[in-house]
Amino acid sequence: MAENKVKVEARGETELVITRDFNAPRELVYRAHTEPQYMKRWLFGPDGWSLDVCEVDLRVGGKYRWVWKKDDITMGAGGEYREIESPEKIVCTEMFDDPWYEGEAVSTVRLAENNGTTTLVNTMRYSSKEARDGVLASPMSDGMEICYNRLDSILAADSAQAAASGE
Amino acid sequence: MARLASGEASVNDLAKPFNMSQPAISKHLKVLERAGLISKGLDRQRRPRRIEATPLKEANEWLEKYREFWEVRYEKLDDLLEEMRAEQANKAVTKKTRRRKNG
Repeated sequence: MAENKVKVEARGETELVITRDFNAPRELVYRAHTEPQYMKRWLFGPDGWSLDVCEVDLRVGGKYRWVWKKDDITMGAGGEYREIESPEKIVCTEMFDDPWYEGEAVSTVRLAENNGTTTLVNTMRYSSKEARDGVLASPMSDGMEICYNRLDSILAADSAQAAASGE
Repeated sequence: MARLASGEASVNDLAKPFNMSQPAISKHLKVLERAGLISKGLDRQRRPRRIEATPLKEANEWLEKYREFWEVRYEKLDDLLEEMRAEQANKAVTKKTRRRKNG
């Protein structure tokens, strides 16, 4: 079986388009994107992070809330569902508690099935060119790494202080 | 961009392969220029455009990093989908056996 690879394109000034094939019917891909017990199994990364909180009110105008966790650090995001067409389309807004890009993003996920393969196209639309380019320059994996390095330095400072006061 | 990768070219040269007017192609070039991906040459007559290697390399690196971020997630999703399919197949088998037993 040919390996499915993610394709990412910057489109226009404010969009990123993420495309990926899955060897599964789209009902299953849709459920993996909308049911918390499944979302918790894949919607995280890199290693060490988990999706600790996943609350989903799957209806137009309904809210969702995600909180990722790694040891003592958490990172939260949430938004609102704008359009839901099971099993082919999900439109929702996305905003992080500690924003690493400006404004709110809108994600449009489309699922198309052909001969048992589901093609997912996720179009992320950012509020400005700067916000979009910022995401590219420092994807969330970097954001998480930065959080983690920050914790490292806090811990290092703490232990240095403890050592100093012990003397 | 592909044309410029093989050397600088005038607006006319760049417009030729696309059935586009010179103002239309100039508009596209302006966008690429603003993004720092290409630059204008000094020859006032031809104003040849050339590719700017560094930002383009950076843009590709950024795209690749972002792509890898999603790749990690989607590989996990692949495994999950496989499990979900197996679960569904199991359920279908159980249903059939049950029907057979009952019938």
